Amino acid sequence: MIEIRNLQKSFGAQTVLRGINLAIRDGETVAIIGQSGCGKSVLIKHIIGLLRPEAGEVIVDGTNMSQAPEKELERSRRNIGFLFQGSALFDSMTVLENVTLGLREHGERDRAKLARITKEKLALVGLKNIEAVMPSDLSGGMKKRVALARALATEPRYMFYDEPTTGLDPVTSDQIDALIQELTGRLYVTSLIITHDMFTVERIANRVIFLHEGQVHFDGTPSELAASKDATNCQFLERYRHPV
Amino acid sequence: MENEAGAITQGTSGSTRIPPLVYPAAKLGRATRRFLAEFGAFSTLAGRTLSYIGSVVRDRQLILEQMEHIGTNSLPLVLIIGLFTGMVSAWQAAYQFKGLIPYSFLGAAVSRAIFIELGPVLTAIVIAGRVGASIAAELGTMKVTEQIDALESMAISPVRYLAVPRLLGATIMMPVLVVFANLIALAGAYLVSNFFLGISTKMFFDSVQRFFHLKDVLGGLFKALFFGSFTALIGVKVGFDATGGAEGVGNATIRAFVLSATMVLILDYTLWMVLF
Repeated sequence: MIEIRNLQKSFGAQTVLRGINLAIRDGETVAIIGQSGCGKSVLIKHIIGLLRPEAGEVIVDGTNMSQAPEKELERSRRNIGFLFQGSALFDSMTVLENVTLGLREHGERDRAKLARITKEKLALVGLKNIEAVMPSDLSGGMKKRVALARALATEPRYMFYDEPTTGLDPVTSDQIDALIQELTGRLYVTSLIITHDMFTVERIANRVIFLHEGQVHFDGTPSELAASKDATNCQFLERYRHPV
Repeated sequence: MENEAGAITQGTSGSTRIPPLVYPAAKLGRATRRFLAEFGAFSTLAGRTLSYIGSVVRDRQLILEQMEHIGTNSLPLVLIIGLFTGMVSAWQAAYQFKGLIPYSFLGAAVSRAIFIELGPVLTAIVIAGRVGASIAAELGTMKVTEQIDALESMAISPVRYLAVPRLLGATIMMPVLVVFANLIALAGAYLVSNFFLGISTKMFFDSVQRFFHLKDVLGGLFKALFFGSFTALIGVKVGFDATGGAEGVGNATIRAFVLSATMVLILDYTLWMVLF
């Protein structure tokens, strides 16, 4: 379970988070939406402990991610997989080395086992026979899939996705959405998805959190959001409701 | 903070105006505060890096890779620089000795200058350019493409995985490179002395041997340890701090070289005072 209490964060004079309170239960698939710069990525980076807040706390399975010492933080992070917006594949490593890095660094030395896990995870994201390929030789969609395979390699209990379909064509976006939905259903992971894409929200999420001006403006189901008459919600959904 | 009219204001609110006469003191104060903050951050990084030294056996492969990158791959450049440094040192010594000091002392003067100063310092500056800048560029690119965040999210400490191998690689290989630089520079000085200045082989090496002090060589190598470790740590720090895409990485590269080269000269002076 993830609990966020009165989370506040500023960068210089700019206040990004103004007291976020949230509880995310195990097994939920939560979409976090909001305008660019509203603090979605900042929020998710606090949950994983990549950023430290000015006030408030983030508790993941009892560990206070904002105050835990480095070793304890690392232990908690082993339960979390993170798909970065730009994939963040290590460009000096092959696909196999990327996918298995987490396992190798946490003690797995059996090469046959590492190769088998890589093959399994790549198959899970619809890829095969690319173990020896360098990331620079992959397309944007393939990079996202490899990054997803890497995040899944350690079999995390939580999966965080930072704009998983941004910059991808509609067909690849649909494939990534379907993949996340399938993984969430099959592996029973708690998923947190940052997105601008309301089609992704409608298809995958069972809960939507709308961040606006550094606070939680809406917290409910996708259908409740769609039915909302609130002016800010309506403004955000306008383009989705009335595509040109 | 400077406002549109160029007047300096205090703090983030910009509410307190500082009288013009105090501008220089305010700027100096701000620069001092920035320097102290940077120094503190650098010391913290150094401390965190040293706290992971125990992982040396586990990470031996990463360390060997860095030793190859920093040491073996820099050797051709270090040898060229060393050779020409030795050759020009012989010419300069001959120029300064002319009419004052017999050439029989030339081997001693040149070799001691090479062992104490020229070998370690010039090698360190070459490594600051080649290695310090490349560490900053590599880690800076990793930073701006979120690869360092990715490491952290996978419960892998970037300090252990990235900083420790580079620190150890540079600290171990710098003295090794200096040994090669010293030898090739001495060879260069001998070639010029023998072929152009008419100094016999025996006269040159007798002079080197007569005034040879082991302390000179060991002092130079001791300095090289510091040069290597600071160059690597500065590269790592600047790389970890990089922001803003390609331009940020470019700036980090320049900054790493300038800081490393400056630090080499400051350390050289400081260590001279301590050692000799």
